Amino acid sequence: MVDVAFQPNRTAAAQSGRRRVGLRNALRRKSMSAFLMTLPLILLIAILVIYPAIYSLHLATLNKAMTKFVGFGNFEFLFKRETFWLVVKQSCIFAISAVVFKALIGFIVAHFVHNVPANKQRKWRGMLLVPWVIPPAMSTLAWLWLFDPSYSAFNYTLSFFGIGPIPWTGDAMWARFSVILVNVWYGAPFFMIMYLAALKSVPEQLYEAAAIDGANWWQRIWYVTLPMMRNIIAITTLFSLIVTFANFDIVRILTAGGPLDHTHIFATWAFRVGIEGSDIPLGASVSLFMVPILAVAAIFILRDITKRGNES
Amino acid sequence: MADVSLRKVVKRYDEVEAVRGIDLDIADHEFVVLVGPSGCGKSTTLRMIAGLEDISDGDIMIGGDVVNDVPPKDRDIAMVFQNYALYPHMTVAENMSFGLRLKNYPKAEIKSRVTEAARMLDITDLIDRKPKQLSGGQRQRVAMGRAIVRNPKVFLFDEPLSNLDAKLRVQMRIEIKKVHQKVRTTTVYVTHDQVEAMTLADRVVVMNHGRIEQIGTPNELYHKPATRFVASFIGSPAMNFVPCRLEDVGGKLNVRLTDRLAFALPPARAARYQSLSRTDRLLLGIRPEHVMEARPHAGPGVEPFDAVLDVTEPMGMETLVYFTLEGSQVCGRVSPNAGAQDGSPLRLAVDLNNMHLLNEVTGAVL
Repeated sequence: MVDVAFQPNRTAAAQSGRRRVGLRNALRRKSMSAFLMTLPLILLIAILVIYPAIYSLHLATLNKAMTKFVGFGNFEFLFKRETFWLVVKQSCIFAISAVVFKALIGFIVAHFVHNVPANKQRKWRGMLLVPWVIPPAMSTLAWLWLFDPSYSAFNYTLSFFGIGPIPWTGDAMWARFSVILVNVWYGAPFFMIMYLAALKSVPEQLYEAAAIDGANWWQRIWYVTLPMMRNIIAITTLFSLIVTFANFDIVRILTAGGPLDHTHIFATWAFRVGIEGSDIPLGASVSLFMVPILAVAAIFILRDITKRGNES
Repeated sequence: MADVSLRKVVKRYDEVEAVRGIDLDIADHEFVVLVGPSGCGKSTTLRMIAGLEDISDGDIMIGGDVVNDVPPKDRDIAMVFQNYALYPHMTVAENMSFGLRLKNYPKAEIKSRVTEAARMLDITDLIDRKPKQLSGGQRQRVAMGRAIVRNPKVFLFDEPLSNLDAKLRVQMRIEIKKVHQKVRTTTVYVTHDQVEAMTLADRVVVMNHGRIEQIGTPNELYHKPATRFVASFIGSPAMNFVPCRLEDVGGKLNVRLTDRLAFALPPARAARYQSLSRTDRLLLGIRPEHVMEARPHAGPGVEPFDAVLDVTEPMGMETLVYFTLEGSQVCGRVSPNAGAQDGSPLRLAVDLNNMHLLNEVTGAVL
């Protein structure tokens, strides 16, 4: 009887003991402790990324007054507007051409820096990174002055050669060129530094082997450098494509989307219709349109990276 | 195929002279090994032959033509690197055929050459794999295959076995020798491993401080070293050196090691060293296999002495014994049955018929 009388307590003690052991075992599992360690970051992402993303999805389904659910109404409205398709076209032209030129210039400059003697390399690297470390809002203001219709230093210089004046931000074609030029100027150092790191990781002996195999300069680039840098090129391109597609400050400061919306890209136009036009749901719909475009690009670019893995 | 000649070749890096005017003639079909410690200039010499380093002074000739200013691709050479230098994004076949493809060889010929080289190196099954899917030994074979398919005038090997484990190194050493026997291409091989040098080479070039110390066949270097450096570098365990001087005792020439230990030189050696000054500071050079356990009825020139062993190293077929003579550690090789034990005395004998006398100051073998 005595034993029986004490049984409930014993059971409770045994249960709490089992719970402790269970918790200890759970913590001992690698996946569990890894999850717990990343939990703060997961929470941060949830608050700063997932919530706004879902909220913007929600916004995109509301009417202008944000009082009524309209489903895909905002998107239907957008698809019927010519300006929207102009923005899609401009965003693609802006992002793709800027990324291509940034990659090309970054690659050439990285080669140049790579071949500079080691003791002078730091200086060059530092100087070439300057455009990337200056806040773009500030540097774009300087570019704005360089392009200014009345005081343009470019036009002043070109006038000595009998060229100009060029309407850098006043003509649709030149305005597009100008925003791309500034974006390339700002972004090329990022490519340069990434490619420089990739170049340094290519073993010198591969070039020596190629030189003995009979490869000339171009063949060494084509058969050794580029294949060895493929993954870095892909990741850098994808990253830059995302950032360039979502660019706001350069276009906003330089042209504010003008002339006549001819330099608007997704972010600036979303700002125009959402904030300046007081139609936040429509602005959210415009900015959401970037997601499928970037997702397709990401799938294509990342597909080969996982396939190739680390060949070296 | 071709001969290779180096004439007073110098390589300077700013103020530092890495290679100090070396002369070397390598005959057609010959397998020459450049050996020496790190920083002796052997790899730099090889890279100058390859054209990967400029020559500061002198001439390099391949097949009689001066190639000082000829780029690597036009020297008709093939090189095997220490870390293989295989293109990681290409398959084995692509790696091997890369040079031929660049030279626009017909596809059929490329295929037949690659197939033949793969068969010779026993890598036919690996032909479609990428380098990361291969072991160290297999990668080394592919690197050799890449050199073979080119059918060059000269093969250059830059420490090709350094990244392999000891067992594989022995195996690959034999493979390299077999390949050379088949293709008979003039070969220059760089290594810091004297065993590799001895086993592979027709002739060994021992380098030190950017200079050639001695050139000779493996046996010449082992038995007739010209300098203390060569004597100590070639052979494992290394040759023993004990300070000594010569003295005349009763019309005979003795070599005195300590106050209590002196050996009478055998007649041939005595005649050779007779003219040397009795006051010179000398070194007795004797290889470990010529210090063995004392046996009754030993031949002439084999002198017994007593030693207290510091350390013994049983190797199975023999036991290495270490003891101290006049402050110098001496290594001997005795039979496993000789009863050698750490800290115990042992009656040993030295075979003076194979001794060397060196000038302690200049290091020259006398």
